[in-house]
Amino acid sequence: MATGTVQVRFFARYAELAGCETTAVSVAVPATVADVVRQVREAIPGAALLPERPLAAVNMRHVRLDAPVNDGDEVAFLPPVAGG
Amino acid sequence: MTYLTRDPIVVSALIAEVAAPQCGGTCVFLGTVRDAPQDGGVTGIEYSAYEAMAVAELDRLLAEARKRWPETRLAVRHRLGLVPTEEASIGIAAAAPHRTAAFEACRYVIEEAKKRLPIWKKELRADGTALWVDPAGRPAVVGPEGTP
Repeated sequence: MATGTVQVRFFARYAELAGCETTAVSVAVPATVADVVRQVREAIPGAALLPERPLAAVNMRHVRLDAPVNDGDEVAFLPPVAGG
Repeated sequence: MTYLTRDPIVVSALIAEVAAPQCGGTCVFLGTVRDAPQDGGVTGIEYSAYEAMAVAELDRLLAEARKRWPETRLAVRHRLGLVPTEEASIGIAAAAPHRTAAFEACRYVIEEAKKRLPIWKKELRADGTALWVDPAGRPAVVGPEGTP
């Protein structure tokens, strides 16, 4: 099975919980955002505190957790947005 | 186009951006930082963003508004960094040949911006504490109108 590398970004409170703003994880591709969430929650101690179903964006577009993730994609985990 | 700024929002600049001879109605919306005395007082809000995505998302939602109200001219600024109470965190100007489109497009942009922009706020309390704001989950940010 092929493996892909995904760039992961954390913002605001999630960056504080994870203790970092960026990381990279390896996932078996084809993968979904939910796979990346699981991987990140296991790999980074602080990230275990992230919700199991966070808001997420792939390559700067809002997506659902069943959205596909490919090698080289950027996955961002977004706390509840509060702009305006 | 830069929608994000760390400086105070200048309303006259937003209006100048959308002004055009064919426009007979201009609608301006400002979202301002409000105090919350029941929570011990809010002195300001620290805004942070996933800036590149916020810009991309604003491009998308403005394109949607321009498609829906084709003759409408739109300008948006969202402030980042520390915004003191009473100052504007977001400013939107919408100009159109007639007022209905100006009001509707302006409303569309603020409603979509609140739902979609990857922007976060940390409320700075008068007692020196700071709290991330979750508009859906924390009573402290529910306004008198009972929304988030």
